[in-house]
Amino acid sequence: MELLMAIVAGILFTAAIYLILSRSLIKVILGTGLLSHGAHLFILTMGGLGGSAPPVLLDGVTEFVDPLPQALILTAIVISFGVTAFILVLAYRTYAVHKTDDLNSMKGNDEHD
Amino acid sequence: MINLLLFPIIIPFFFAIVLLFFKEQVRIQRILTVIGLSASIAFACTLIMKVKQDGIQTLTLGSWPAPFGITMVSDMFSVLLVTSTLVITLFVVIYSFSSIGEERERFFYYPAILFMITGVNGAFTTGDIFNMFVFFEVLLIASYLLIVLGGEKRQLRESIKYILVNVISSAFFVITVAYLYSIVGTLNMADIGQKIADIGQPGIISVIGILMLLVFGIKAGIFPLYFWMPGSYAAPPVPILALFGALLTKVGVYAITRTYTLFFVHDLAFTHTILMVLALLTIVAGCIGALAYFDLKQIIIYNILIAIGVILFGVSQMNEAGMQGAVFYLIHDMLIKGALFLIIGIMIYVTGTSNLREMGGLIKTHASLGWLFLIAAFGLAGIPPLSGFVGKLLIVQGGFEHGQIFGTIVILASSLVVLLSVIRIFIYAFWGEPVPLQPTNRKTYKHMMFPAVILVALSVLYGVGTEWIFPYVSDAAHVLLDPSSYINAVLKE
Repeated sequence: MELLMAIVAGILFTAAIYLILSRSLIKVILGTGLLSHGAHLFILTMGGLGGSAPPVLLDGVTEFVDPLPQALILTAIVISFGVTAFILVLAYRTYAVHKTDDLNSMKGNDEHD
Repeated sequence: MINLLLFPIIIPFFFAIVLLFFKEQVRIQRILTVIGLSASIAFACTLIMKVKQDGIQTLTLGSWPAPFGITMVSDMFSVLLVTSTLVITLFVVIYSFSSIGEERERFFYYPAILFMITGVNGAFTTGDIFNMFVFFEVLLIASYLLIVLGGEKRQLRESIKYILVNVISSAFFVITVAYLYSIVGTLNMADIGQKIADIGQPGIISVIGILMLLVFGIKAGIFPLYFWMPGSYAAPPVPILALFGALLTKVGVYAITRTYTLFFVHDLAFTHTILMVLALLTIVAGCIGALAYFDLKQIIIYNILIAIGVILFGVSQMNEAGMQGAVFYLIHDMLIKGALFLIIGIMIYVTGTSNLREMGGLIKTHASLGWLFLIAAFGLAGIPPLSGFVGKLLIVQGGFEHGQIFGTIVILASSLVVLLSVIRIFIYAFWGEPVPLQPTNRKTYKHMMFPAVILVALSVLYGVGTEWIFPYVSDAAHVLLDPSSYINAVLKE
């Protein structure tokens, strides 16, 4: 099961890198979304899957799931959700001001602002 | 168990929330920000005394015993950085009163700064690697707001790159923490240090060490991960640039220092050699940039790179002199970079341009500004008795003791380049034929000079008063070199 999850995370990373390397801003943002999904799955996998009971203290339960990765993934999901929302708004503003979402034409330096 | 070490985190956070209710009343915002920062400084100074007296202070949140709950740890290194962060922020905020413009002040400029300080101080104080990620995100999200505030064309273009780079580095951070957790099964930094010592740092831990260097290196701007920095930092107005340049890169440096003295200390030949080589390359890259540009902002931004290289070179030596020098130089650099950015902000305000070629003869009209800049420039280059000297001397001593002759010579040579790059500003902007200036408000100029003068004075005091400051720096370096004292302080309770 861990192997399968690792492969899934790997596929997500591959797709993320492909998207991040593209020129269109919106594709890059989707890429960062996939990247954080991959990272979240990865956390869950790295904590070790398995354990038959939920992580609640009850009499007679010894085999429970590691709760820590779940806490981490929850925090990370919330953060990446907030950042993605912000970056989408920012991308829209940038598009409105620059009239393009092609990162190549957003290079810019002091000479041509 | 002591709550005191939370105050420098909680107070800015609390004031930031209160400020949100006074969106239109800029005056109230200014007053509250200054009160909040002053109160935090008072608590931070108390904390320094406490740490000096009683050693490392820890707090386990929710009273969960150490390796399970989130631990906050204040050793001398972190509390010194917390204090200098707050002091610099206070003066940058005072500087902003007359320079940032009411438009920005009404759009949550001060709350964003306070939220960022919450994150910075939290990252300095936390003793939990995932909690450090969370505090990094707190400071990053506030910095996203600060860098884009105002929405100028250039700001939008540069901030989208800044945010993308940081989102990717955050994803790497999460991945690194996941790797680390899968091997040592804990997130408490002291416990991680302990467990890595127990298993003797096999190859996979060294790989994680390099991943950490990648994650924090993007934030700190080490070679070759600094590519985003010159462009992004030059986009926002000068007070924000001063905060970013003085504080944000230093958080990355702190995190590298912390992890490379607490976790990855069993295979120095591999990890610390890589750190040293990258530090030296960072210095070289910074030197090239600092000499290549004719733009005030760019010259000082590339000087950040040089300083980061020097500090990390000191850290990579892992001996007493090198570590003391690194700690001393880190705080010196925060102060002097803050001061220098404020000064070039005044120069840009007076001349209306940041291009050195369009300046000249400022010494005739703004003599005090010229001398202030010269003092700051000498301090940056490390001319005794100013503050850069002692730190660099110790780092050089550490380098020679460790037998790194070549690297140490690079450090010494970089001082000359630093001096050349800032003296070039002085020659082009202050000497030569006066360029006709647009009339500027003399009162605003004075208001902007005040915090810059104080910061330069502080950095001079820091250099001249080395004798009094040195015991604190030496304490900080001692804990960094002796991870077991950190581990014991956290895990004993």
